[in-house]
Amino acid sequence: MSYPIRRVGESLITLFLVSVVVFAGVRALPGDTATALAGEEPTPEAIAQIRASYGLDDNIVVQYVRYVRHAATGDLGVSSRTGLPVLDSVMEALPVTLELSALALLLAVVVGVGAGVVAAVRRGRPEEWLVNAVALLGLSVPAFWLGIVLVLAFAIAVPVFAASGFVPFGVDPMENLRHMVLPVIVLGSGLAAVVMRQTRAAMLGSLSADYVRTARAKGLSRRQVIVGHALRNSLVTVVTVLGLQLGHLISGAVVTEQIFVLPGFGKLTIDAVFSRDYAMVQGVVLFTSTAYILVNLLVDLAYSVIDPRIRLGGAQ
Amino acid sequence: MSAASTTLPAAEERERAPLAPLSRLRLLTRNKLALTGAVAAAVLVLIAVCAPLIAPYDPARPDFAAALHEPGWAHWLGTDDLGRDQLSRVVYGVRASLQIGLLAVALAFAAGVPLGLIAGYYGRFADSVVSRLTDTLLAFPFLVLAVGLATILGPSLLNATIAVGVSQIPAVIRITRAETLRLKHLDYVAAAVANGGGDGTVLFRHILPGALSALTVQATVGIPTAIIGEALLSFLGLGVQPPSPSLGVMLSSAQAYIAAAPWMAVFPGLAIIAATLAFNLLGDGLRDILDPQGDSR
Amino acid sequence: MTTSTAPPALSVRDLSVVFRTPTRVVHAVDGLSYDIAAGEVLAVVGESGCGKSVTSTAVMGLLPPTASVGGSIRLGGRELVGADERELRDVRGREIAMIFQEPMTSLNPVLTIGRQVGEVLRRHQGIGRREARERAVDLLDLVGIPAPAQRARDYPHQLSGGMRQRVMIAIAIACDPAVLIADEPTTALDVTVQAGILEVLQSLRERLGTAIVLITHDLGVVADIADRVLVMYAGRGVEQAPVGELFDAPRHPYTRGLLGAVPVPGRRRAEDGRGRLQEIPGLVPSLTEQPDRCTFQPRCSYADARCGERRPALRALRERDERNEGYEEGERSGTERHEAACWHPVPVRPVLSEHPEGAERSDDAECSGTERSEGAECSEGAECSAECSGAEPSESAEHPEHPERPGQEAAS
Repeated sequence: MSYPIRRVGESLITLFLVSVVVFAGVRALPGDTATALAGEEPTPEAIAQIRASYGLDDNIVVQYVRYVRHAATGDLGVSSRTGLPVLDSVMEALPVTLELSALALLLAVVVGVGAGVVAAVRRGRPEEWLVNAVALLGLSVPAFWLGIVLVLAFAIAVPVFAASGFVPFGVDPMENLRHMVLPVIVLGSGLAAVVMRQTRAAMLGSLSADYVRTARAKGLSRRQVIVGHALRNSLVTVVTVLGLQLGHLISGAVVTEQIFVLPGFGKLTIDAVFSRDYAMVQGVVLFTSTAYILVNLLVDLAYSVIDPRIRLGGAQ
Repeated sequence: MSAASTTLPAAEERERAPLAPLSRLRLLTRNKLALTGAVAAAVLVLIAVCAPLIAPYDPARPDFAAALHEPGWAHWLGTDDLGRDQLSRVVYGVRASLQIGLLAVALAFAAGVPLGLIAGYYGRFADSVVSRLTDTLLAFPFLVLAVGLATILGPSLLNATIAVGVSQIPAVIRITRAETLRLKHLDYVAAAVANGGGDGTVLFRHILPGALSALTVQATVGIPTAIIGEALLSFLGLGVQPPSPSLGVMLSSAQAYIAAAPWMAVFPGLAIIAATLAFNLLGDGLRDILDPQGDSR
Repeated sequence: MTTSTAPPALSVRDLSVVFRTPTRVVHAVDGLSYDIAAGEVLAVVGESGCGKSVTSTAVMGLLPPTASVGGSIRLGGRELVGADERELRDVRGREIAMIFQEPMTSLNPVLTIGRQVGEVLRRHQGIGRREARERAVDLLDLVGIPAPAQRARDYPHQLSGGMRQRVMIAIAIACDPAVLIADEPTTALDVTVQAGILEVLQSLRERLGTAIVLITHDLGVVADIADRVLVMYAGRGVEQAPVGELFDAPRHPYTRGLLGAVPVPGRRRAEDGRGRLQEIPGLVPSLTEQPDRCTFQPRCSYADARCGERRPALRALRERDERNEGYEEGERSGTERHEAACWHPVPVRPVLSEHPEGAERSDDAECSGTERSEGAECSEGAECSAECSGAEPSESAEHPEHPERPGQEAAS
């Protein structure tokens, strides 16, 4: 079986298991599900109505199938807090989170790969030491603390950037970026540290590889050897790291949005938890996990573009 | 062979014989960063254990008359909005962080090591099942998992610990599995199997001890991750509940007073950094010592 | 062999390579000299770690920064030691190229074959991507890769080891370099594939007049294509001679050991230079110092006090036959000279006739008449000839240690 097909099959199995877990999670809610779903101070009629409309008296398998069918068509239920469909809220919040994540990812890759390459090429020199120290610090500083400190420094002491809120890019691009700078740094710094360390390790490996010696023997310039040969091979590692860090990116986005009061996906989630908006939590969890699985699938398929050994059926 | 001679000095350094435990300890002391990390971690553990002796005040008792005091002689690290002594709260916060960190890592190992051993040792069907299980767990990012747990079980210290621990299970499974696969094919393990050693004997006598180096490193890097995780959850209100002292809770309440009382945010943050940095340094050092070939991925 | 009057394509003089790490110093190459003319194949042989590969890596200027290089390396008229990196980059791949020992790992796994071959052309000949690609296909064809156009689109892992080594050769010869260094080009390959690779090298030398430095363990390969052989031991050159002469009459005790001329029970002699280099009992010195003595002395059965006191230089030996009686150093041309760095070069005839297997070979025309030159060998006078004869008992003293030798020969 070819790699992409096998990989897609694996993702489908995982997706199935995730849906089961999320479905079971709601059944595991304390007390009666209908009571829980009805929100605060429900009347018996309301409960009965919910039982009927949700089909809670049906066989559990029937319920699961219906749940999946609804979810597949985008019906994630209705928020008990706002009364709006969960999917609408998610779609409304998504652009904010996507912009934040994309910019943070960009920052992490540019800074992380750049610094990692420098550290590997300048092995044993002050540059390497500096990069290592910064990376270690980046790993050890919690993002939310960095957020608070940055707000203190650049929004309160020297007010150049905004401390909270969001302005859509379409409305005012400059203002949008002014609001995004600090969140992006907060979310991107930890990721950059991880990328930096892994890039450095991978580059150290590549630089001592035989094919780099071959490249040098061809008389290629330093730049051609480092970028065209060593870095090209290290990219597989970088992509792997980004894939593994995706979960951290999602978690980080939640916290960052909380600190900077960005109306994104994360804030939606936390608000839902505290208002006991079960439908919303369930929808958000399912949505996130599905997105996570899909992006991971894309990352794995992206390997095969970078590394022909995987694309062509992997003769190791 | 000629490749070896071009890199002669390095090649010979790599040919060191397996290290005795004592010389490993000596290597740890030679690796300055690792030593710093080890000492710092020891100091933090000491602080956590002796918290009641060190803390000058009751960390939970408010004193409204002394609210929002700057750091000074009476309160070295100042007081918070309720007049509680920040130093005492940081000390107890470190205690809570380490407790949760260790507990979460223990949980991850208790679940992850057996699964990793099974997947690596028996392979085939068991491996596929464990792999899908790992993937499923990974599909719930740490915070999403914590959110789900907090929703179902309610936000609490225990649930935060479970969320942090569960989120580390996949990493433990993967490392144990990889080590088991590697060790399974080594001569001495193959010999033990050939000599009719039962699966249990082979797994616990031969494979587990061989995987100990990698697992030690994983535990060391798991602790700072767990500490940050706990602080994160407490910060969001999903972990330790006020008025219990926790570094995350302290940062959360500091947010409102960021302009008026920046010390409320600075010191708990530095405490978290100190704790994670200590274990990260130790982990990096241990990795260098126990796994000189570097990441075997 | 080529004309001896042409200036050498590559001339290495008193080359030294020292690796310095915080904890130790390694003298990997110590005072090595050799010349190679256009169209010539010089084989460099010696045990692992003797500095063969370090030498060629130094010639390429590819040593790590921890290495310091002394002496002189002249390529054509250009001095490479101390040249700046930019200048070296223009030379590498164009005037001097190298084939490495590890064909499996020497190609970049994520780039196509065509790109990797074309790259060196684009670098040195300033041609476009498309033209480079076409030329790359031609080169692949030249080194005997079937379906070259198709192969150019493949990635290294899709090719066998032998094919990858051919690709490496294509890369190396892309710009018609004057000198090609082949570091164990066939070691990692199947025996059946080796011949093909050697053929490619052979035709290269014939067609383009490329000077080839061939580093190898394999005496069969040496006998097949080398014109001259340089034997290295512990970072120093110990013997240098035309290939036939070296096999027939090795003069340095170490070379004799390598060629398996010293009988050891249970080991087969290298027949006519076929087979692999032999191991010699004892350990290679650690190279942490440059002692002023013969570095082979601790392992040498001919050694005496002088060997432990002064370092013997690599110097021309007197010719063995009458025609060259009275011949002085430097009279024979460089490429034909037989040189050894030994205070007591091994006499040819007596040793050979002492052993049954030696006697087998002694009817070889080249070996006759060597007896007479033996005394003349020791140009340094009576002291030396006394030592030479003093060496003989130690040779015959080896006999009692191997009493089973003749019987074993009969059995086999």
